[in-house]
Amino acid sequence: MSRFAPIALAAFLPLFADAADLVKPPQVAMIDQMIEQGWDSFEIKPAAVAEDEQWCRRVFLDIIGRIPTGEELGEFMEGSRHDRRRELVERLLHDDRYTEEYAGHWSTVWTNILIGRSGGNERGSMISRDGMQKYLRDSFARNKPYDTLVRELVTASGSTKPGTENFNGAVNFLVDKVNEEKAVLATSSTSRIFLGQQVQCTQCHNHPFNQWKQQMFWEFNSFFRQTRSLRRFVDGTRDIDHAELIDQDFAGEANQAEDALIFYELRNGLTKVAYPVFTDGTEIPKSGFVSDVNRREELATLMLDSEYLDKMVVNRMWSMFLGFGFTKPVDDLGPHNPASHPELLAELAKAFRASSYNLKDLITWITLSRPYGLAPVLGTSNEIDDPSIGEMPKFSRFYLRQMSAEQLYQSMIAATDAASSGSYEQQEQERRKWLSQFVVAFGTDEGDEATTFNGSIPQALMLFNGDLTKKATNTGRGAYIDRLASSGKSPVERLNYLFMNGLARRPTVNEKKVASALLRSRGGDEKEMLQDMWWAILNSNEFIMQH
Amino acid sequence: MTMNWQTPTGMTRRHFMQHLAGSSAAVTASMTMGNALYANAEELKKNHKSAILLWMGGGPATIDIWDLKPGAATGGPFRPISTSGDLQICEHMPMVAQQMHNLSVVRSMSTREADHNRGRYYMHTGFVPNPNIEHPSYGSVIAHETLDQRPELEIPPFVSIGGASAGPGFLGMAWAPFSVTSNGRIRNLEMKLEDSRLRERMYALEMIETGFAKRTRDVPAFEHAKVLKKTFDLMTSSQMEAFRVEKEPEEVKERYGTDGFGQGCLLARRLVESGVPFVEVDLGGWDNHNGIHNILKDNKLPQLDRAMSALMEDLEQRELIKDTVVIWMGEFGRTPRINQNAGRDHFARAWSCVVGGGDLKGGLAVGATNSDGTAVDTEPFSSEDLMTTVCKGLGISTEKTYTSKNGRPMKIAGGGKIISELV
Repeated sequence: MSRFAPIALAAFLPLFADAADLVKPPQVAMIDQMIEQGWDSFEIKPAAVAEDEQWCRRVFLDIIGRIPTGEELGEFMEGSRHDRRRELVERLLHDDRYTEEYAGHWSTVWTNILIGRSGGNERGSMISRDGMQKYLRDSFARNKPYDTLVRELVTASGSTKPGTENFNGAVNFLVDKVNEEKAVLATSSTSRIFLGQQVQCTQCHNHPFNQWKQQMFWEFNSFFRQTRSLRRFVDGTRDIDHAELIDQDFAGEANQAEDALIFYELRNGLTKVAYPVFTDGTEIPKSGFVSDVNRREELATLMLDSEYLDKMVVNRMWSMFLGFGFTKPVDDLGPHNPASHPELLAELAKAFRASSYNLKDLITWITLSRPYGLAPVLGTSNEIDDPSIGEMPKFSRFYLRQMSAEQLYQSMIAATDAASSGSYEQQEQERRKWLSQFVVAFGTDEGDEATTFNGSIPQALMLFNGDLTKKATNTGRGAYIDRLASSGKSPVERLNYLFMNGLARRPTVNEKKVASALLRSRGGDEKEMLQDMWWAILNSNEFIMQH
Repeated sequence: MTMNWQTPTGMTRRHFMQHLAGSSAAVTASMTMGNALYANAEELKKNHKSAILLWMGGGPATIDIWDLKPGAATGGPFRPISTSGDLQICEHMPMVAQQMHNLSVVRSMSTREADHNRGRYYMHTGFVPNPNIEHPSYGSVIAHETLDQRPELEIPPFVSIGGASAGPGFLGMAWAPFSVTSNGRIRNLEMKLEDSRLRERMYALEMIETGFAKRTRDVPAFEHAKVLKKTFDLMTSSQMEAFRVEKEPEEVKERYGTDGFGQGCLLARRLVESGVPFVEVDLGGWDNHNGIHNILKDNKLPQLDRAMSALMEDLEQRELIKDTVVIWMGEFGRTPRINQNAGRDHFARAWSCVVGGGDLKGGLAVGATNSDGTAVDTEPFSSEDLMTTVCKGLGISTEKTYTSKNGRPMKIAGGGKIISELV
């Protein structure tokens, strides 16, 4: 399939008279034009273009989940001034040396979306977090088209845990969502995550302000009723080793598999009947026999036909790169929740479908767009563009946001080799243990959770005094500071490197003065000075924020 | 404290010290006052009011705890018992029954949010969720409104124990809950670095912070600096003693219960005693869609009974109850109808919350539900009303209007009305 979608985008093709711009995909021009229209109608002026180094740090964080090293920044700056941004995106997406980190980052992101930050961490959980991550890592490493990914997650059967018979890591998405309470979690998660339809309230009543009715909830729910999770125990014990997700014949709640219906109760106590019907009203045969109709397969097919699938993923990806989606919350789409740029959302969704759901294409369009490349500066000419206070985003500047805990961890590791050596599994265990300190649960059956990695005091304490910071600022032989201290020509050069590595810029005059004062305070011990400065850099707003 | 610090080249010493004062040196003065304050906790509690929220995550079946319907089809197996107040409660809460003279049950709560996230937000803030604005929660509001009366406090003014509370919304991250586990242990509190060197690092840090905030002019950059200041205060404060719940005598620990919730309630008492204006203690596990009555009888209610009664008894004995409002609630109640899995589902139309202490009357049942608990028979009360009443009990004016950053005026507690029976 062509990278250049023919119909809606054709209008933008004539814009490219300039040869230098020809390498820019028309989708990028479309984004730019539609966002610029918004600026015009609100009479605002966008921020200036971000500095190249700052943009480089930004795109590393967003595409592979960590900041660039000093060397990588240097490599970027050596590229041609007109083309280095495109080259870098190309490199991060397609160069083999980044494949693993790209896959690791997106696997982390999607694991959190699909099973939460705590899914699989509890003893006795049916979920294998390893299995979920392995499946996703493999998928992103091969750049699996998004529609295939969704189909696999929705229809998967097999075993949760790597190394077991019939292993299929994709089952971890649904494995703990189908058994309890008639698969209501499978219903609400699948519709919300992939279609942007918030239906959890309609389990019990018609939704007060979106188009969903209680009937639709149970019709959508019917698609999951052939599916069961089976626990597999460690031999001779009642400890769960892993679980298996299977499809089996469903007799329905009237015990008649040819006509497998379910009942649900209205608020007034009346009982009603539901069969599998998709949100757009499409019905499938009512048989509960898997050999007649596999309900999850049917569901996946209907989902892939839905424009909501395209809009949801485009909106999600946009929000991950720009900090805000076209809607708030990002996974609540529909006429009840107007988008900031409805036309752009629709066109980008179409373009993504036309690219055969190539996620790397979508990432390319977004990262090369003008709004993504702006400086993070709230100025007098765009003062009203402040979505943090409830305004619709206009994307006239890059909105500051905090890195995720995962991005921070990877960045510290990459910048300083703060990880202990060991196998992938050992390192992953260490990472997971570190991440788990920020997860807090709400005590509900739906597994709701929050993170304390949110800019509050516990996070600040961790960065002040935590082990990761201790390792990163260690001055011992062979550690980052030690190696830095014995490199380069002069203290100034080493200080420059430190700032480049952490903040993607050189130190200011005042910062240099502080460094020289520190040097004297440390009795001329440069390593100790570098250690103090590095500690300050790692703790700064500028380090912790994506900007 | 000696400052082993040399003036950076190109700056006058005075200029330099001004910078330093902005980041960290100011702490020195407040720390001295803080020590005096801790010693004078006796005096403090007379001047300042606090609140403890016992948050029941998942939505407890108040029809089985506070507003029983014996004999009704919806009633379930539990019997009511008499209490030290003018009302009856569940037989599986015998110890709390002896404390009801200080607690009142609002039996005519009637709300609309029966989804966990929406209910949690609504009950914590007094506002229904709105995608365009985040409202501050109880703890943030009360901390914000009372902190200027206690400038000596170095502990964060809003502490959340054992769970996830609701956030500060538009008040900003400096008013976020400080989350700790129920054993009061705080991760990463110690730096093990010479004081003078820590201060020098703080100075270097401030230099980077300020530059970035000036360049971007964006809110998150400024908020970060406030949080750093609070973090530094906390690391160097002797008031942090209050978190050391392990220092309590064994018999006290056992009276509260040695589980997380019991120790959390004990920690809450210690914090309130030290002047923290708002503490939230979480007890989850109330989302009982299946087999509810066994879970309540064998597990949840004994746990709640022990800890909550210990807290009320302790607050009374220490004469803290007049200055401490206690609130017990979850995101909603549960259906009177018992479902086919012997559980109860989410239900917001008619349920109960419990309040007492501070300036609020105890021992009362306020409002009533109908004979099977499916509807409220008297004037219905909302989260806004409850929060307004709690503020009244703490002497906080709800006439005050916040202006959110986009200029929208917003009353504390969403403009609720005071539940007159309680004041």
